[in-house]
Amino acid sequence: MNPVTKFLFELQEITNLLWRSIKGLRKSPRYFDEIVRQMDLIGIGSLAIVILTGFFTGGVIILQSYPTLEYYGAQSNAGQGVATGLIRELGPVLTALMVAGRVGSAISAELGSMVVSQQIDAMRALGTSPVRKLVTPRIIALLVTLPLLTIAGDMFGLIGGGVVAKQLHGLDLNIYISSVRTGTQISDLIAGMAKPVIFGVIIGLISCYKGLTTKGGTVGVGVSTTQAVVLSSIMVIIADFFLSKILQSVIGSTLF
Amino acid sequence: MSFFPKDNSEQTELVLYETYGRYVEQPIPAIEFRDVELAFDDQVILDKVSFSVRRGETKIVLGGSGTGKSTIINLILGLLKPDTGQVLVEGEDITGFDDVELMRIRENIGMVFQEGALFDSLSVYDNVAYRLHEENLDEDEVEHEVRRMLNFVGLEDAIDKMPSELSGGMRRRVGIARALVGNPGIVLFDEPTAGLDPPTARTMCELAIKLRDLEDVSSIFVTHEMNNLDYLSSEYATLDRKGEVHFELEGDKLCLINTEVMMLRNGKIIFSGKDEQLRANEDPYIQRFIRGK
Repeated sequence: MNPVTKFLFELQEITNLLWRSIKGLRKSPRYFDEIVRQMDLIGIGSLAIVILTGFFTGGVIILQSYPTLEYYGAQSNAGQGVATGLIRELGPVLTALMVAGRVGSAISAELGSMVVSQQIDAMRALGTSPVRKLVTPRIIALLVTLPLLTIAGDMFGLIGGGVVAKQLHGLDLNIYISSVRTGTQISDLIAGMAKPVIFGVIIGLISCYKGLTTKGGTVGVGVSTTQAVVLSSIMVIIADFFLSKILQSVIGSTLF
Repeated sequence: MSFFPKDNSEQTELVLYETYGRYVEQPIPAIEFRDVELAFDDQVILDKVSFSVRRGETKIVLGGSGTGKSTIINLILGLLKPDTGQVLVEGEDITGFDDVELMRIRENIGMVFQEGALFDSLSVYDNVAYRLHEENLDEDEVEHEVRRMLNFVGLEDAIDKMPSELSGGMRRRVGIARALVGNPGIVLFDEPTAGLDPPTARTMCELAIKLRDLEDVSSIFVTHEMNNLDYLSSEYATLDRKGEVHFELEGDKLCLINTEVMMLRNGKIIFSGKDEQLRANEDPYIQRFIRGK
């Protein structure tokens, strides 16, 4: 199979998986317990790394941009720089990449192991749809928790920026907070929340697809896990560009 | 032999066959393959395979690795679709069934996988109770059924253990208990004794014999081990007055009519009949398979 045919085939299969996971919600059983369990694993489980990533990203933005702002006498706009960069772009993308690395790999490895040990076949033989039982709860959990994790990442990014601005550059915190508030538009918040929803679906779909199509025993689990993380990360970054463009057109803000 | 439409009477569930110019009533087979063909790319897996499994019968499917034995089981479960031909379960042609219809068919089929295929994240109790939990049954009822099934396979003490704490033989016995929940009319065994020590392998075969003789379950027993054939085709289970199970040898005068052997080679059936006929067959491949040399 040549690469173009393979790409189109995989795109078709992933779209088909999305459709079947949506259809899985129409009829019972809907596995609410499993959705809540996945939210706990994905959301609470990823909170620490997202907070750390956000905190230090906010800090490094101030660390790198403050000397330039100081050169132009624009130190009072430091908070705006962090807020704009984090809420619009870095927050959603970095959070999605961290979650793709941590959760995407776990989903793919778990489902892949279930495939090679015939647990997926057993599930089907016992009259349960693996898509409904395994895929739909994970996608819903990602769809709900990724925006919440992004908010946490953004918040701690702003805090990190504030700590660095205050401690290393002696900027007054009131000036920093005021700058963050004036520099944050409602369109930024909408875009910052819309992107993680799409990213959540992308990570969930790709990870589940790669896990469920694992072939070749335990070696295959490793391969599908790597592919899930790499493909999810690339697709998040590509989708970010197109989402930014679409949101720019829809919301009509020149700030995008 | 020509085939006539299914009798409408649900009580008899009979089909009319034409045999030597006269019609006789035959019960609908539990499983039937009609000219089933399946290939993956250029590799032929099954080549015009036709056979049937009567109700209460055990069909032992023999053959080397890669001869299409497990594929037959996957076709019955609807996990694979044939390229051509028909697969019938309890008289229903499942070839064109969608997932919803297949789920209904699978409710009456128990499947025992090669390595047990237990859900790692669930305890023995939850594994065996899986189907019942899916049906949202009352927990007391679930526990009663789980204990009954674990008692049948002799593993009631392991009820709270996780699959990682079990030996290979115990995992497969739990797999059998899980497959038997809901009293399925058909049980499929996919090499259940592969890699087990002889006493544990014997226990697995005894469970299959008990199902055949005491529960009247139709089954397909896929294996490549000749001692499985010896046990299943030469012994039968009886209950004494105390309700204890005993295994008796068929001996020279009796012949078990509820067990047949089928051998596959390169996706084709090369033998179908009784174990005595298999042993008397002069085909060099069959003889090498039986003797191992």
